[in-house]
Amino acid sequence: MTQKIAIRVNNLSKKYRLGRSEEKYHTFRDVIVNLLKAPLNVFQSAPPEEGFWALKEVSFNVHKGDVVGIIGRNGAGKSTLLKILSRITTPTEGEVAIYGRVGSLLEVGTGFHPELTGRENIFLSGSILGMRKREIEEKFDEIVKFAEIEKFIDTPVKRYSSGMYVRLAFAVAAHMDTEILLVDEVLAVGDAAFQKKCMGKMGDVAQEGRTVLFVSHNMGAISALCNTSILISDGKLRFKGSPSDAIDLYLQSTGQENEKQIMFNDDPRKEICILSVQVGPVGSNRKETIELDDDVELTIKYNVKRDLQGTNIYVGFDHKGVNIFNFWDIDYDKNLFLMRNRGLYTLKVLVPNNFLNLGQWTISVDAGRPGIGTIDKQHHCLHFLIENYSKDMTNSGLSGGSVIAPISVQTISE
Amino acid sequence: MFDNEVDDSKNIPTLIIKPPKKWVPVDFQELWNYRELLLSFTRRDIKIRYKQTALGFLWAIIQPLFMMLIFTIIFGGFAKIPSDGIPYPLFSFAALLPWMLFSEGLTRSTMSMVANSNIITKVYFPRLIMPISGILSPLVDFAVSITILILMMAYYGFVPTINVIFLPLFILLALATSLGVGLWLSALNVKYRDFQYTVPFIIQLWMYASPVVYPASMLPQSIRFLYGLNPMAGVIEGFRWALLGTAVPSSMIFVSVCVVVVLLVSGMFYFRRMEQYYADIV
Repeated sequence: MTQKIAIRVNNLSKKYRLGRSEEKYHTFRDVIVNLLKAPLNVFQSAPPEEGFWALKEVSFNVHKGDVVGIIGRNGAGKSTLLKILSRITTPTEGEVAIYGRVGSLLEVGTGFHPELTGRENIFLSGSILGMRKREIEEKFDEIVKFAEIEKFIDTPVKRYSSGMYVRLAFAVAAHMDTEILLVDEVLAVGDAAFQKKCMGKMGDVAQEGRTVLFVSHNMGAISALCNTSILISDGKLRFKGSPSDAIDLYLQSTGQENEKQIMFNDDPRKEICILSVQVGPVGSNRKETIELDDDVELTIKYNVKRDLQGTNIYVGFDHKGVNIFNFWDIDYDKNLFLMRNRGLYTLKVLVPNNFLNLGQWTISVDAGRPGIGTIDKQHHCLHFLIENYSKDMTNSGLSGGSVIAPISVQTISE
Repeated sequence: MFDNEVDDSKNIPTLIIKPPKKWVPVDFQELWNYRELLLSFTRRDIKIRYKQTALGFLWAIIQPLFMMLIFTIIFGGFAKIPSDGIPYPLFSFAALLPWMLFSEGLTRSTMSMVANSNIITKVYFPRLIMPISGILSPLVDFAVSITILILMMAYYGFVPTINVIFLPLFILLALATSLGVGLWLSALNVKYRDFQYTVPFIIQLWMYASPVVYPASMLPQSIRFLYGLNPMAGVIEGFRWALLGTAVPSSMIFVSVCVVVVLLVSGMFYFRRMEQYYADIV
């Protein structure tokens, strides 16, 4: 079977310039000053500049109807690739041939203006995304309905709640019907119900036989939506193939990293000092990621510099900026409250698996003395992600809604 | 997998992305295809200009009206600057209209690339649309204030000559001047933010270098065509000729048109060159 090609990427490289000349804004003064310092330099060609290859000799083909997941760590070059394909920046070397109309969705709400009404913004943002006026008119009702903002369509968007704003912005983008769609991690918007709707819409797009290139850190979304996948690291194409293979490889390649940890300096002025906070999955020393199925272990090291009466260590877990639960170590050992001898201590906290739901969690730790106050405070000091790549959770309420996930459900048909 | 597959060679790519070249001509066909977007941006700028102002579009009248008042008192009254036999308020207002069209357009087009960087770094469209929409949106202010000019002409009993049919050409020349300079400045402003600070200053100097508060006839006849090197001199004298029937400044206009063409063509090439690196340096 021969398949038509939608995108052909050939030896694509992109070099960003580094160093003094690009670090700050050019000012005209600099040019003039340099000119006065060394007037002859103008006539010489500039010395070869130090560069950073964001992409290096990347080649691949994408067929019509493919839904390609692009994965890689931050800074690997995924976004640069998408930026070149959507013609926002130019490549340094190589060539891309594109067969069909391209729509790019690198941000939700491109071109939205706060002073304009929802209606006006639909037309503005739509035309910025490359839609024709007639096309927008045809889809107008559908967009408004999808965004669930019927009543506010003639209100300036600056009066919208952030949820309404994001819904409208996504709705416009979701109704682009170009043959090729480039999407950069824009699905993580809105509340749980809307996220589910967005994922559903992405699924529809994939079903329609359109070509989609999709950058995401959400491995669950990649494995559910994509039929093929590309792994990029350090600007090079490491792997192309099935999403599950690419994801495995990606997780392995990030595995050399240690568990997430943060260290603090021992402040001599404080009688108790938090030294380090560390988080990681139990029983695996290879993985960086913590998955839903992992027990999560938190290790806090602290130093008590003299014998103290009445001490406690506080630990808080925040999710989406809300404190979800917290406790003091003395809740579990009353003796610690009465007396704490000087020395180094380690506090281990075990959070059972399938409890913290997907997304980012933030740890706060402080050390204090009841009646006296906090002595060492490390609030929001450590962030970690609970991820999922093994389960297909595209249509699951777990994929973004609730805060905790301590459920085991079985359906038994009798 | 998607390698080692047969590629149908009949398939012609709709788009080839390649490393930048030094000098690229403007793709007018593409620009035409994006005309709706140009209108969208222009409409946006017009709509938001007077949002949340009590006086709204009256501002389009208030500004030139007050400038005319001040000029009439200072230059017409105290300094007794001649005005080719035309009442000074009318003389200066007829110049202020194209002048403000030009200066507003220049300011907006210069800022356009940096002010809209959040859009330009997220989606592709021909970047030329930004400075072009910058010069188009002041047309609404212009249309509003030209009604004042008509009222003033009626008040002073001036009936425009048949030359008034050339007025659109001078409007076009004013727009082309602000685009020509705006292309250069907007492109330079991406790299050197100094230019956004120089614009108010340039505009002020340029106004006194143009026959806004004085007539071009103050210059000796022999060098007057050189005055056309300032394209706004040609535009303003052209306006006065078309509306108020002053002497025809044909040699000046000819020089002005040539200058504008040079500005436009060079500006477009420079702009196109900058545009390719825009996302990396903005």
